[in-house]
Amino acid sequence: MTTDTSHDHHPAETSAAREAEHHGATDAQYILIAVILALITAGEVTLTYIDVGPIFLPALLIMMAAKFITVVSFFMHLKFDHRVFSVLFYMGLFLAVGVYCGALLTFHFFAG
Amino acid sequence: MSDADAPHGATPPAEKTPEHGAPDEGNAPTPDDASAVAEKVDEIPMGGVPEPGPTGEAQRADDSNLLTELPDHAEHRDLHGGHATTTGLSNNKMGMWLFLGSECLLFGGLISTYMLYRGRQADGPGPDQIYDIPFTSVSSFVLLMSSLTMVLAVSSATRNDERNTKLWLTITALLGATFVGGQVYEFTAFYREGMGFTTSLFSSSFFTLTGFHGAHVTIGIIMLMALVGMISRQRVVGDKAEVVELVGLYWHFVDIVWIVIFTLVYLIPA
Repeated sequence: MTTDTSHDHHPAETSAAREAEHHGATDAQYILIAVILALITAGEVTLTYIDVGPIFLPALLIMMAAKFITVVSFFMHLKFDHRVFSVLFYMGLFLAVGVYCGALLTFHFFAG
Repeated sequence: MSDADAPHGATPPAEKTPEHGAPDEGNAPTPDDASAVAEKVDEIPMGGVPEPGPTGEAQRADDSNLLTELPDHAEHRDLHGGHATTTGLSNNKMGMWLFLGSECLLFGGLISTYMLYRGRQADGPGPDQIYDIPFTSVSSFVLLMSSLTMVLAVSSATRNDERNTKLWLTITALLGATFVGGQVYEFTAFYREGMGFTTSLFSSSFFTLTGFHGAHVTIGIIMLMALVGMISRQRVVGDKAEVVELVGLYWHFVDIVWIVIFTLVYLIPA
């Protein structure tokens, strides 16, 4: 492969440039992100065992959204990639959320 | 006038760009005119001459506007696999993102159905009675960590570090297998507690949702192991890093679906 050959010539220089271009994060940063995700998960589970009153549901949903966006943005590189990929994915996601929220509304899901 | 009539070498090779074709084929000189054109080449600017004059520059500016910045993406294309596309982006990657967008609709339907039916357990056991939150939390943690190992595999592949790529891919597959094993154990435990697939609307929607997710994880494991095998045998076609990244996108998607399922299905009580 052409790409492989170029790496054979200048492995350190090419890989560093390529990683910066491609990912925008280092391995250490990925590990840090994973630790943050694990902490958020621990927070979610802790919330189910303590009584926090009416903020329970919003807090859980916010933590879920934070984890979702973090994985999509950093692990899936959407934050560093071309906007077209974001449009393709979020188009499907928002379409799904809209359609199924509408469907749940017809069944009066949010009423009770 | 056809290309066959034009003298070979009258146009410098650099001007025969595949995107533009011969810029002014209609103005190409005949063999008789060739010497006359060569004498007056400095005076009469025309398409195909080595140093285009102001008209040629203007034409090139127009062309670059029409071609939507393709030259700027040339290096980017190489990084994504070396294939020239009309968008300058990898078609494979675009296809994968489109597929993942459509998967949102699939899982959205399954999650909505579960949300509607989660209180409809009739005489069977309900969510509060059977869910084992500590066990599922550990499973979630395992799947979350598999996303970390997957991204490290992609990072290694980008560095062309084949050994670590295979290592991280294998660890990811093992973590995924651990998650699926946990799901099989959970399903078995639920069945023994009296919650079968057809016991109630709640059980049907629960098994369908989590079962579909488990099937996706299983397919992901197969893809990961196949990829390890292909890398070992040098059977990966195209840019290896991009192939690993595409499998990684699928794997991370499976993870984010579980992030939603874990919160909406397990943590929020019916």
